[in-house]
Amino acid sequence: MSDVVERTLSALPGLLGQHDPGAGPGGAGGPGRVSASSRLGSLIRSITALTSKHEEEKLIQQELTSLKATVSAPSTTLRLMKECMVRLIYCEMLGYESSFGYIHAIKLAQQGNLLEKRVGYLAVSLFLHENHELLLLLVNTVVKDLQSTNLVEVCMALTVVSQIFPREMIPAVLPLIEDKLQHSKEIIRRKAVQALYKFYLIAPNQVQHIHDKFRKALCDRDAGVMAASLHIYLQMIKENSSGYKDLTGSFVTILKQVVGGKLSADFNYHSVPAPWLQIQLLRILGLLGKDDPRTSELMYDVLDESLRRAEINHNITYAILFECVQTIYTIHPKSELLEKAAKCIGKFVLSPKINLKYLGLKALTYVIQQDPNLALQHQMTIIECLDHPDPIIKRETLELLYRITNGQNVIVIVQKMLDYLKESQEEYAIISLVGKIAELAEKYAPNNEWFIQTMNAVFSVGGDVVHSDIPNNFLRLLAEGFDDEKEDHQLRVYAVQSYLALLEEEDKLYPQKFLQVMSWVLGEYFSLVTDVDPEVILTKLHSLLKKSFVTSETKAWIMAAATKIASHTSCSKTVDEIIQELSSSLDTCLRQYAFELKHLCEDKALMKTLLPFDASCSDLVVDASLSFLDGFVAEGLAHGAAPYKPHHQRQEEKLSQEKALNFEPYGLSFASSVSSSGVTGRQSPTGLSFGSDISGNSAETGHKETNTLKLEGVRKLWGKEGYLPKKENKTGKENEPQPVPCGSLLAGQVGEAPALQPEQGASLSEEDKEKQQLASTLFIGLGSSAGVSLMGKADTATQKFKRKSKITETQQLSEEASDFQNSAASNFDPLLDTIPVNVEDSEGSMHTGLRKGSPSSSDTVEDNLAFETPQSLRKSVLDDRISANRLSQSSLFADNNIEIFQPSSSAQCESASETPLVPSLPEELEELPHSKVVGLCQSDALALHLCKVWTDESLLLIVFVSNKTTAALHAVNLVFEETEHFQILESATSHFPVIEAQSVEHCQKCVRMNKVCTQAVLPASVGYQSEMETCLEFSVTLSLMDFIRPMEMTTEDFGKLWLSLSNDVKQNIKMSPCQDSLSAALDTLQQKLKLHRVDVIGNEGILACQLLPCVPCLLHCRTHSGMLALWFRSPCAALPDGLLYQCQKVMEES
Amino acid sequence: MIHFILLFSRQGKLRLQKWYTTLPDKEKKKIIREIIQIILSRNQKTSSFVDWKDLKLVYKRYASLYFCCAIEDQDNELLTLEVVHRYVELLDRYFGNVCELDIIFNFEKAYFILDEFIIGGEVQETSKKTAVKAIEDSDMLQETVEEYMNKPAF
Repeated sequence: MSDVVERTLSALPGLLGQHDPGAGPGGAGGPGRVSASSRLGSLIRSITALTSKHEEEKLIQQELTSLKATVSAPSTTLRLMKECMVRLIYCEMLGYESSFGYIHAIKLAQQGNLLEKRVGYLAVSLFLHENHELLLLLVNTVVKDLQSTNLVEVCMALTVVSQIFPREMIPAVLPLIEDKLQHSKEIIRRKAVQALYKFYLIAPNQVQHIHDKFRKALCDRDAGVMAASLHIYLQMIKENSSGYKDLTGSFVTILKQVVGGKLSADFNYHSVPAPWLQIQLLRILGLLGKDDPRTSELMYDVLDESLRRAEINHNITYAILFECVQTIYTIHPKSELLEKAAKCIGKFVLSPKINLKYLGLKALTYVIQQDPNLALQHQMTIIECLDHPDPIIKRETLELLYRITNGQNVIVIVQKMLDYLKESQEEYAIISLVGKIAELAEKYAPNNEWFIQTMNAVFSVGGDVVHSDIPNNFLRLLAEGFDDEKEDHQLRVYAVQSYLALLEEEDKLYPQKFLQVMSWVLGEYFSLVTDVDPEVILTKLHSLLKKSFVTSETKAWIMAAATKIASHTSCSKTVDEIIQELSSSLDTCLRQYAFELKHLCEDKALMKTLLPFDASCSDLVVDASLSFLDGFVAEGLAHGAAPYKPHHQRQEEKLSQEKALNFEPYGLSFASSVSSSGVTGRQSPTGLSFGSDISGNSAETGHKETNTLKLEGVRKLWGKEGYLPKKENKTGKENEPQPVPCGSLLAGQVGEAPALQPEQGASLSEEDKEKQQLASTLFIGLGSSAGVSLMGKADTATQKFKRKSKITETQQLSEEASDFQNSAASNFDPLLDTIPVNVEDSEGSMHTGLRKGSPSSSDTVEDNLAFETPQSLRKSVLDDRISANRLSQSSLFADNNIEIFQPSSSAQCESASETPLVPSLPEELEELPHSKVVGLCQSDALALHLCKVWTDESLLLIVFVSNKTTAALHAVNLVFEETEHFQILESATSHFPVIEAQSVEHCQKCVRMNKVCTQAVLPASVGYQSEMETCLEFSVTLSLMDFIRPMEMTTEDFGKLWLSLSNDVKQNIKMSPCQDSLSAALDTLQQKLKLHRVDVIGNEGILACQLLPCVPCLLHCRTHSGMLALWFRSPCAALPDGLLYQCQKVMEES
Repeated sequence: MIHFILLFSRQGKLRLQKWYTTLPDKEKKKIIREIIQIILSRNQKTSSFVDWKDLKLVYKRYASLYFCCAIEDQDNELLTLEVVHRYVELLDRYFGNVCELDIIFNFEKAYFILDEFIIGGEVQETSKKTAVKAIEDSDMLQETVEEYMNKPAF
């Protein structure tokens, strides 16, 4: 094989041994450093010697061919392979693909000795990406090396794991890596933490159970290990800062020690102790202290010290200072620190070094929202930076100005931004800047002309890269109008006029989006401009339609505009021409428009009603339930047509045809009655509302949908004050220092742009004067103390583009809707009570039954009256229900030894003696499996207790509200917040009009888990009226296990279902000696996790359970040599992870 | 987090690339070309930072070699400059007065050192002692390399 290589080499005679032209004096290097004799060396040399790209390509192709032959030859030694790999890496770096070598890189990592393995691993990490299929072949090698006794091998394996590792293979190495956390060598511990950090990033669910070990790593005696764990903590705290507040003290202590120089000098970088570590800690503290005065209190001292210690004039100290400043301005403010931080920013901004200046601007931009005075202090620097040759400085300055824009300086600032925009080439910069200009224009426009012109500039400069929100918002603004009718009119007239003027220029190319905006506005508002003949506008549109640069999408907009205009003119020649031309267009869409227009023109009256003037904002009532088709559908069904099945149901049925397992209780509604209301019920998303429920809801669903429709899909981006998500609370403004000189400076400025300081002003050059003038226009209206009165006035005058608030309207609507709901409920309830016997086990009716059983929710007297008559009937129904529940319960837990908490009478007595207000479950719930009644929160007047009831269909949260006072409490309102994880069925609030003294009321909420998680909190609050409005906040912790129920099935069903499921997770866990047999393990799982044991065959067992309402999860267990191999499958990807975690927990506990 | 690190010469030749985010190869090539062009065309008096898409490029020139990192907006630019400097220090320590040629001919060693220092786009080691230890490890390997190189290979 080497003869191929020889040939390659002989093809490059004379190049070997030649001196590299770029080699310079240091080129020779140390002895043996540049191994000139190696193949790589000669390759590199020959490539450097080449002059053209073409030659290089030829040479590399030759090289690759020879490499390909070498690596695939069986006789190639690993040593040679290693050499080849290095050359392959080199070729890849030059941009030539060498995928034939990837598999050999993996082989080298597997088979080579230390040195070769190292190159193999390096090649793998450089060649492959995270999702590369070949990566799976690496897993075994990694597992083997992790178990190696050679430290270097373990190190290499850990390094490669923390660089790339396939997500689905994590379980294979996780236990090994966990073990390494206890390794005696700190380098191994550190690398293990790094690997876990990687796992946390790609699959957070899988490392949930090792959070305790992270804490151990944080307390590691080696600073390197501790530093590595901070990466994980930063990430976790970013996601959920409230969960780690207890660690604040530790972080503060660590930072104190680092800043105080307690670490070994090894960690110094340019005599600054562990700067990377410091910055990491500062960031963590910032996240923890945000909006939390108590936690912030703990860190003031150490932040002060950090600021003080960072005094050496070196980049690294400035980097630390910058983080310090950011942290100080992020956490709950303390005036003393803010003052110091502000001084610090001055150091940056005034520095002659351009890098520091940039960072200073960045810091200013960050803090400016909280303290606009700082901008005033540095205004001259800011002005200078505005014309800085370095674009990044310019852009950061504009960002800063953007944050201090107000009604008075908007014109100057937007002008500056537009100037920059015109120079800018980069698409990304244009998009972000255009968005900002549009936002400012909308928020602070001083007058109509300016607004329209600015928006015109935005559309024409921004071109088609602008975010589609911008034209949409602009059109909405025009259409919805503001509080003032006259203003609206003027704005629209001006818009139409300016577009007509723009279209006057015949051959100008406008971006598509701009043309679309123009045509919409012209179509909608052309008639407002009385002095222009519609025919003229039509001609212009017509000429646009003929242009080739106009896309067909834009042409559709233009056609729509033309149609609107045509509806207001009696026969027009241009319209006829348009119809004629486009009727034969190749674009089907345009052709259709043309035909529509043609037909509409024939019936002007219809056209007028179809296209009313200025009706873009009136709400269309859409009957989303399509109830008008009900009659038709009912008729079809009566004639024997098959009922409609939604797509997913049809698919499921297809799947389950062989399995005969249907988890979705569809089709039941048709069983009770094929009525029109039953048909609309298909809208119900849960599939759990049956018969009677539907008859109560059908009309209402339609109604509700028409109300909410217009809000859906339309993000409420803009509010009264402008861009909504950007609005951040400005806490602690009153605490901030108010430098006195600044205030007075400002007072002078707000007037007629006077010179800054009169005595200096005399000596100022022309240019400086200009700058100062600019400053006074830019920074006008900033600051708080002196500017307040002026600003207040200005604000009311300039906040022109206030959107008419639609919120109150919708509130009213939703109130109406809920009224309607209530009345509907009360109307139907008696009816419901008489029939629920037909709808056994229907959850909805059961709840109503229970709810009505407690007097708390029957609001009105009528309700009570209505219920008096069917009392006895209902009672019997309730009894039925109870027995039914008993039945279901026993079926649920038949042959399951699940621990069910049955409160003994003695326990009840005991707790009763503590407080007279111990709530107990209503009788009908007492029978169901439930948790202990635990206290949630207390205030002087109220105590809340909670009990979880695990029914077959759902988790019921029973909340007891006890009045501890001697007077009645009024208007008690219990509200649960919906989170991403949980959904509360029916309403999330409960209202008790009155709770008598010393009495207990309760309500129940039915909760579903929407997004799988092992544990999450459901926040809630209770408000009540005693002497004043009081609100108590509390939260309920719900675990995945609250929503898991056993699922009964036969072994056969299991097998079929198993094959149809795709998401699987496998894990081996160690079994403790006391439960070494399979049956013992299965018992544990069955008891603790409520899994249903389907079958046991030999050393294998299968279990099944479901996540409510009906997501199955199957588990296959096998024992071998003291290990329990768990294999989960489920249609939901996150469920197996969650269950695995629970399994590990219970197996460890037992 | 650092998204990628590029080392390239004043002539625009790529010397080392390390990616911490997954991108298709085509995209990578395009980015490399674009960035080398942007940075080489900057004049000496400008800052060391460039806006690039939604990322920031932080670069520094050491003799004939440019070191360039792409970082996110919330990252600290100055700190990244020091990351580069620290890396150069480590290289210097390993090669002894490092020059571009050392990196050209021993780029795999440069990768090893980088992997000890930055993992997943985050700086991992701030202790010189441990860094030195890692370098010693590779020195141990280096010896064997030399032994190997000194032997006639074929």
